Amino acid sequence: MTDTLKTDLMEINLGPQHPSTHGVFQMAVQLDGETIVSLKPVLGYLHRNHEQICEDVSYIGCFPYTDRLDYFCAMTNNLGLAVAIEQLGGIEVPERAQYLRVILAELTRLVNHTSVTGFLLNDMGAFGTPLLYAFREREKILDLFEMASGSRMMCNYIRPGGVREDVPEGFLDRVRGITAAYPRFLDEMETLLTENEIIRQRTQGVGVLPRELAVSASVTGPMLRASGVDYDLRKVDGYAAYPRMRFKVPLGLAGDVYDRYYVRVLEMRESLKILEQALKEIPASGPALSAKGQQIGRSPRTFRPPKGDAYGRIESPKGELGFYLVSDGSPQPYRYHVRAPSFINLTVLEDMCRGQKVADAIIILGSVDIVMGEVDR
Amino acid sequence: MIGWGVLKGMGVTLRQFVGTYPAGRRLLKALRLPEGDGIFTISYPETKQQHAERFRYFPFLVYDATPDNLRCVACKICEQECPPQCIYITMAKDEQNRPLKTNGRTFPAQFDIDVAICMSCRICVDVCPFEAIEMDNRHEISTHGRGPELMFDKSALLRSADYFQQIKPTEAATVNARLAAKAAKAQPPKPAAPTPPAASASDTGGASGTTTPPPPHA
Repeated sequence: MTDTLKTDLMEINLGPQHPSTHGVFQMAVQLDGETIVSLKPVLGYLHRNHEQICEDVSYIGCFPYTDRLDYFCAMTNNLGLAVAIEQLGGIEVPERAQYLRVILAELTRLVNHTSVTGFLLNDMGAFGTPLLYAFREREKILDLFEMASGSRMMCNYIRPGGVREDVPEGFLDRVRGITAAYPRFLDEMETLLTENEIIRQRTQGVGVLPRELAVSASVTGPMLRASGVDYDLRKVDGYAAYPRMRFKVPLGLAGDVYDRYYVRVLEMRESLKILEQALKEIPASGPALSAKGQQIGRSPRTFRPPKGDAYGRIESPKGELGFYLVSDGSPQPYRYHVRAPSFINLTVLEDMCRGQKVADAIIILGSVDIVMGEVDR
Repeated sequence: MIGWGVLKGMGVTLRQFVGTYPAGRRLLKALRLPEGDGIFTISYPETKQQHAERFRYFPFLVYDATPDNLRCVACKICEQECPPQCIYITMAKDEQNRPLKTNGRTFPAQFDIDVAICMSCRICVDVCPFEAIEMDNRHEISTHGRGPELMFDKSALLRSADYFQQIKPTEAATVNARLAAKAAKAQPPKPAAPTPPAASASDTGGASGTTTPPPPHA
């Protein structure tokens, strides 16, 4: 603004009922002309008391509720809680189940990254086309989830000690088919998007998240890696069968919206590599659920973990998904806390948006990749 | 060159568009371009998607042979374990508050599932020691109201063991094997286990069971 012309700041509410806010999320924005001066995220419209509910049901009873946290990635949510409960109760996981978990988690990553790319383009104004291409591929993987677990999105499949029941016959062959066909879709999507000049103009240099800020704000997942920090729990913790997989962790350079998009594309290509290896190395037979896991599944109230606490964490498609459980020796968790990656990645939204144009706030939010079910819980 | 990336992207959409027509697919094939999936949607009421065998929706109660021969003994384990607490069970009792029995087993007088609350998680099936409750795959059950129409009572939940066999053959086979093993363990001297004969003899009784009327619509 020039010194001669003084104007007031304009306040705009983006959301909560707006398709570009990915659910019921409100951004109270102060604008100077078209430039964002401040942005206040307003949360809580989708609060469902998740943590308190889970303190009132058995440990197994928590699993269907975790499906509803980040409803795009039910499998990884199940896996996170299963890892925490296994730490709490000292439960072993059979070899075949470890590989099945890797396969299901990487399929979930494909689902999530494919759809978030489609939604990001939707936010930029490319209504429909890239999103529907993405959803076409997502649908094929959801059919696989239905085949294994009985439900496309609310899987409730991974359990402490393995997976609920072994995958049906022909499942792994269909995963092989998807894995073989997916690179062509990725190539097509990249032809459509990666070199597109309009997308580059809209995204490069927009919503830059500096490396130091990303680390100090505990940002995780593709967002952190797009800012150039090499931190992936699949490498750091090495849960399930990941230590035996050879894959790279793609990193971004600038930390802008374009890097976040491109890191996700590269991660999908690495996921396909992991899937190929896991499908090759998975034991052809063997239990998919340990004896203790079966016993817990059939009578959840008999599972009384010793007094103590455990923090289980995995690399969900959105970042570090952690479950903190405190046991008092009863069949229910005494304290149950979710470290939701969407929620914590959202805390840097204002820093990324300040000084940008209001239209860019929408795509910056889209590139954070939030699901309100996980943010509000 | 500025604009080349956009043009290439438009080429992708053009190819997808052409690929939705049979003539277009022949053209793509002739040009040695990938044909893609073509039309992959289905027009719903006329054609229906084939669901996976494990597809689950709401639970139902299994009976052997005749509807009064329920496997459920009203033990209330599922009622206790159900995470959203959508099952309501009352055991059948006489005036002196003693449990009534048919075929030597207690049975529920009331077994209601509030499907407006049920989240199809399958935990009731996993915890049931009597294999009395299983997941149905019938999903076209919309009603005009959300009160009593969505409270499925015992009569609406009853399905025969044959129906279960029909919709989920693989799972039914493992369940039958488990029941047979249990029966053999319970009565080692008697070779005739109670359940497998009932399952095989239920061809006539089960046929009417498969056509159990759906819950009444408002």
